[in-house]
Amino acid sequence: MKSITLSADILIIGGGAAGCYAALSAARHRVGRVVLVEKAHIERSGCLAAGVNALNAYIGRGHTPEDYVEYARKDAEGLIRPDLVLSMARRLNEVVGNLEKLGLTILKDSEGHYAERGWRNIKINGENLKPLLAAAVRAEPAVTVLNHVNVVSYLSDGERVAGAVGFGVREPIQYVLKAPAVICATGGAAGIYRPNNPGSARQAMWYCPFNSGSGYAQGIRAGAEMTTLEMRFVALRCKDTIAPTGTLAQGAGARQVNRLGEIYEERYGFTTSGRIYGVRQEELAGRGPSRLRAENLSPGQIEDLYKAYLNMAPTQTLSWVEQGEDISSLSVEIEGTEPYIIGGHTAGGYWVDTRRETTLRGLFAAGDVAGGCPQKYVSGAMAEAEIALEAALDGAELRPELDSPEPARCLAEAEKFLGRPAALFTTGELAEALQKTMDEQAGGRGAGYSYQEAGLNQAEARLDELEDLSLGLAAANMPELMKIQELRDRLTVARSLVAHLKARRETRWPGFGLHLDYPRKEDTWLRYVNSRLKEGRVEIIFRDMVRGDKYEHQY
Amino acid sequence: MSISIDQVACTGCGRCGEICPGSLIRADREGKAEIGQPADCWSCTACLKECPAGAIALYLPPVLGGSGTRLQVKQEGSLLHWRFTRPDGTLKTITVDRQSANRY
Repeated sequence: MKSITLSADILIIGGGAAGCYAALSAARHRVGRVVLVEKAHIERSGCLAAGVNALNAYIGRGHTPEDYVEYARKDAEGLIRPDLVLSMARRLNEVVGNLEKLGLTILKDSEGHYAERGWRNIKINGENLKPLLAAAVRAEPAVTVLNHVNVVSYLSDGERVAGAVGFGVREPIQYVLKAPAVICATGGAAGIYRPNNPGSARQAMWYCPFNSGSGYAQGIRAGAEMTTLEMRFVALRCKDTIAPTGTLAQGAGARQVNRLGEIYEERYGFTTSGRIYGVRQEELAGRGPSRLRAENLSPGQIEDLYKAYLNMAPTQTLSWVEQGEDISSLSVEIEGTEPYIIGGHTAGGYWVDTRRETTLRGLFAAGDVAGGCPQKYVSGAMAEAEIALEAALDGAELRPELDSPEPARCLAEAEKFLGRPAALFTTGELAEALQKTMDEQAGGRGAGYSYQEAGLNQAEARLDELEDLSLGLAAANMPELMKIQELRDRLTVARSLVAHLKARRETRWPGFGLHLDYPRKEDTWLRYVNSRLKEGRVEIIFRDMVRGDKYEHQY
Repeated sequence: MSISIDQVACTGCGRCGEICPGSLIRADREGKAEIGQPADCWSCTACLKECPAGAIALYLPPVLGGSGTRLQVKQEGSLLHWRFTRPDGTLKTITVDRQSANRY
């Protein structure tokens, strides 16, 4: 296999919302050489592929970043890092202004202010947000974009990071990427749990199914500290299409009703977790299924809703068109998705300091891969990217190159997979086994999001077996090699996740997960569950709540 | 979920394969686009928008209630013309202007 070595001042891993914004921030800060590495193509990769039609993190008129911290704190039942949410919230409106300058369409009222949907939310046409970002990145001469390169490991000595190793997704090339500062912006993890639909619709999921948790996995393997993985995210979605519900609920005023037509939202509270919990509880009480019902819509309003969904989830509009035309009300059955690990909505991810440096020096995290800062959404992921970039530049010249055995080790491993003529199991079969184990024993949708210690122990044992089995897989080509690496990343994340689920002996977010052995929320558990991989075992670290607006690592 | 690629209309330019966020589309023996694992598609419609020949359509799989309507999209400046072709051949078109924000 051919090998290419590249050196840069800043290496950004992942070219989604956070990664592209980090690259643009680097160009604004006049960084000489930026390498942005992306496993697909930055034009449409990551969460923004289909588009978005609102920015959910914005500080509306009459409100402050501190208000945003309180909102996030309440929604997460207290478990946030206030320093992270505050520093993110302070930059939200500047990010939105920058996006408008890039060409993003934002709805305005008659006085020229952004039209707000509630105080944290503005309406946009974000169908082309990703292409706009990608075009801006391509226009920066200092940024080299490596599309179709899948990063598999860091250049690290266990204390710091000074680059990464990747493989071509199409061409048999190994990439050794060296930089004194690395920003991980790979996104979160989908595909760990069995999805809502089987077979031909298995990727009809809320989160980008191509986000395999690789950034978490590489950090875990290099010994980085992770936080709050047990706070999984379950999204409330339109049944079958798994399209967003917020546009119907917040935008068109649709109410969440049960089978008897009762509006029951008040019973379970208005937190993100509470809404999901309500759907589940109504079902258990025999009052399911739940629906979102919007009535007395004019033909113009229906047309506008059709358009809104075409801009972010076209399958929903397709489904409505297939169901027929003459409607004045929309009634959509809703359901929870399978759980995801995603630091942009909940708090799971890298344990970072206020500057977004991980516990591995020289490695910074932004977006869904960074923990402690829920409710960041698209604009918050970008705000975080800018914070991480500024910290990454600080003192970068003082960090020398690292002599790492990783390129040789990764190459030998890849060549083993590629050199094997065939294997008994396929990568897809092992992925299915992972999803079944997590679904049944670690609180998947099939288990009503509930779990207990005995099942988690069984899951741990099975994950170890699957990890061993994955070493015997065969890849006929580079795309198949990527699939093996993605599966192995998911297995690594799942193992840490199960350890976190075991460690938090309470139920803090019942919509996202129910610990049957410890079904209540306890004040004593208002602390962080963190972890680190040490000699092949996941070691749990409990940390007290961070207060105030600054947190530094104690090395 | 998935897409269907019209092998006659496809010019083999390779743009869909380049930008698919799942790297799912490749060239077949004749150089035309084909999707290797249709079940791995996220239905993001990036390829529909990228295809200059309009050769790619999105459909709902039967397991999600799909009854055979195909969705295609054509770009014209800031306009996106979304065309639904029902199994009986009837059409519906919805035009979305990128310069017009979501009302909801």
